[in-house]
Amino acid sequence: MTVDTKLPYEKDYVNEFSNNRNEPDWMKSLRLRGLELAETLEMPKPDKTNITKWNFSEFKHELPQVEQIQSLDELPEEIKVFVDLENTKQNLLIQKNQTIAYRSTTSELEEKGVIFTDLQTALEKHGDLVQRYFMKDAVSIDEHRLTALHTALVNGGAFVYVPKNVVIEDPIQTIYWQEDATLASFNHVIVVAEENSSLTYVENYISANQEEETVANIITEVIAHDNAKVSYGAVDNFAAGTTVYSNRRGVAYRDATIDWALGGMNDGNSVAENITHLMGDNSNSNAKTVTVGRGKQSQNFTTQIRHFGKNSEAYILQHGVMKERASSVFNGIGKIEHGASKSNAEQESRVLMLSKDARGDANPILLIDEDDVEAGHAASVGRVDPIQLYYLMSRGISEKEAERLIIHGFLAPVVNEMPIETVKNQLTQVIEGKVN
Amino acid sequence: MAGSTLEIKNLHVEIEGEEILKGVNLTIKGGEFHAIMGPNGTGKSTLASAIMGHPKYEITEGSILMDGEDVLEMEVDERAKAGLFLAMQYPSEISGVTTSDFLRSSINAHREEGDEIPLMKFIKEMDAAMDYLEMDKNMAQRYLNEGFSGGEKKRNEILQLMMIKPEIGILDEIDSGLDIDALKVVAKGINKLRSENFGCLIITHYQRLLNYVTPDHVHIMMQGKVVKSGGPELAQRLEAEGYEWVKDELGIEDETVEQKA
Ligand SMILES: Nc1ncnc2c1ncn2[C@@H]1O[C@H](COP(=O)(O)OP(=O)(O)O)[C@@H](O)[C@H]1O
Ligand SMILES: [Mg+2]
Repeated sequence: MTVDTKLPYEKDYVNEFSNNRNEPDWMKSLRLRGLELAETLEMPKPDKTNITKWNFSEFKHELPQVEQIQSLDELPEEIKVFVDLENTKQNLLIQKNQTIAYRSTTSELEEKGVIFTDLQTALEKHGDLVQRYFMKDAVSIDEHRLTALHTALVNGGAFVYVPKNVVIEDPIQTIYWQEDATLASFNHVIVVAEENSSLTYVENYISANQEEETVANIITEVIAHDNAKVSYGAVDNFAAGTTVYSNRRGVAYRDATIDWALGGMNDGNSVAENITHLMGDNSNSNAKTVTVGRGKQSQNFTTQIRHFGKNSEAYILQHGVMKERASSVFNGIGKIEHGASKSNAEQESRVLMLSKDARGDANPILLIDEDDVEAGHAASVGRVDPIQLYYLMSRGISEKEAERLIIHGFLAPVVNEMPIETVKNQLTQVIEGKVN
Repeated sequence: MAGSTLEIKNLHVEIEGEEILKGVNLTIKGGEFHAIMGPNGTGKSTLASAIMGHPKYEITEGSILMDGEDVLEMEVDERAKAGLFLAMQYPSEISGVTTSDFLRSSINAHREEGDEIPLMKFIKEMDAAMDYLEMDKNMAQRYLNEGFSGGEKKRNEILQLMMIKPEIGILDEIDSGLDIDALKVVAKGINKLRSENFGCLIITHYQRLLNYVTPDHVHIMMQGKVVKSGGPELAQRLEAEGYEWVKDELGIEDETVEQKA
């Protein structure tokens, strides 16, 4: 049974969209191929969540005119809070309605040959590099209909490239601000860290469409070459009207590290997939996700780490707070391939239920095809511990405040990992708003 | 009037349907230090937990009054605000909440809204108390009791006691698992609070702590009741001779409450 296989945008539209952006031919061909594939491929089937009735077809793709932001002071309050206004030398890109509206970089970045720009500019100026990584080593165009459609309709995103041996101290920040209520986000983010390089990247997605429906179909590809280190932080905060499919994928080569700290703060239905391939020996990844589910939203979080390299280390953490009638599924998958000896796959999925009508499902899965490995998992679904409440209250703290402390503590593993203070504070605020 | 008075009258407490306390009477006034001693399993922690309002304990008879106010009618946080403090035998571990944030919330809970303790003042006070208790300053930034050693947890309870400055402090086996140096530090912390305005109930299994914190009154608890009261010499006799003589004197056969089937 299929609901509606007709695609919202046709070949002519995609062709013209690509032409208008002066994209390289390979990009246009890839888009058209994506469109073709999207007609035949099936939708993804996230484990234990039925998404067949979700809106993936109602959205606007045509980009509105966007005025450049001359100074950060112009930003509305809800965006300003993400930015450190005092800091005049920062690596910051603001995309408004899928078009770059503000960009500042430190001289350090320029001097060291780092590329940090919106995807469209990257396609123009660094076409070959983008081609080398776009839908190649991490995500494939033909995984399912949404990856194909994503390729066809990419309309924003960023490209970050750190050359060999370059270590960037200051974090790189992007804000993807969807002010237009019905505009779809087909964002594509590529982060490439060459050998022995390191960087920290933090992104925020934000929209305000409570009623108007639209779609976000986001793909991130992180490539950490030998001995590179990438710390990736994200706070997704799409409003209730947006149905979200996000696919963040990493590939770590020898001795490389990819750490993820993901705050799933969307208010609408969301599928969030975070897969890391530990290709090289001694590679490792910490993949941490926290979420607060509320209202009637349904969410599916799949975190998977696949070990190919020997002695590779993985730690998955998923913490979810569920209130009202929200439901969430947490799939944590540690997969050790044959030959990945001495690897270690650890995972922890915990759900804190704040209402009897909420649903939370933690599914830790270990798939192991090698003898000489270590693996472990812990999973729990429960309520706020009355003994913990008692302990806090015995110091005079009210029940409400005690519960608040416990919830924030429960979500701290990701909040505390956010490397930019404003983003950390903002995430705390969002959590505060959601749990109250 | 100096200090507060905690009165426990004919207290009966059940846990999961089993009666543990069978009529406890005890009055603690500001300025007084009381010690309760007794073998394991006689209900000492049950008494402490019932006073503080632990959710598992059911009071079936009797009363607890703080300056005449009915404690049993109060929520746990209200008991704390009325001046009660319990250093727990097994404090909870709370992940993601730093010791420092927790302490600040606790102190502010005892103050009026709008009159929160200024951050710098708080940090100064906390640092001073931590120095006094010879605690590693890093502990303030660690998650509350998470991964703390037994001794660190005990010191952390005393740190809270020193900073919250309650009217009545109940210390449940604050000495267990402490080496002699740690014991002295903890005792130093308790003694610092000694004043007309502070009453203290020290629950202990051994008399060791009482060498450093001298009680005014010593009570022996057995089978869910206070069976004998006296002065500091009572603790010394227990240390020297054990509990047998008490049992003989009172005709008690088994010192613990009945084990469950
Ligand atoms: N959670 C519980 N469930 C059932 N019985 C309990 C529980 N806690 C304590 N008890 C029982 O209550 C009695 C008194 O325990 P407690 O007050 O902890 O003694 P003490 O502190 O004097 O060692 C013991 O027999 C113990 O087994
Ligand atoms: Mg006890």
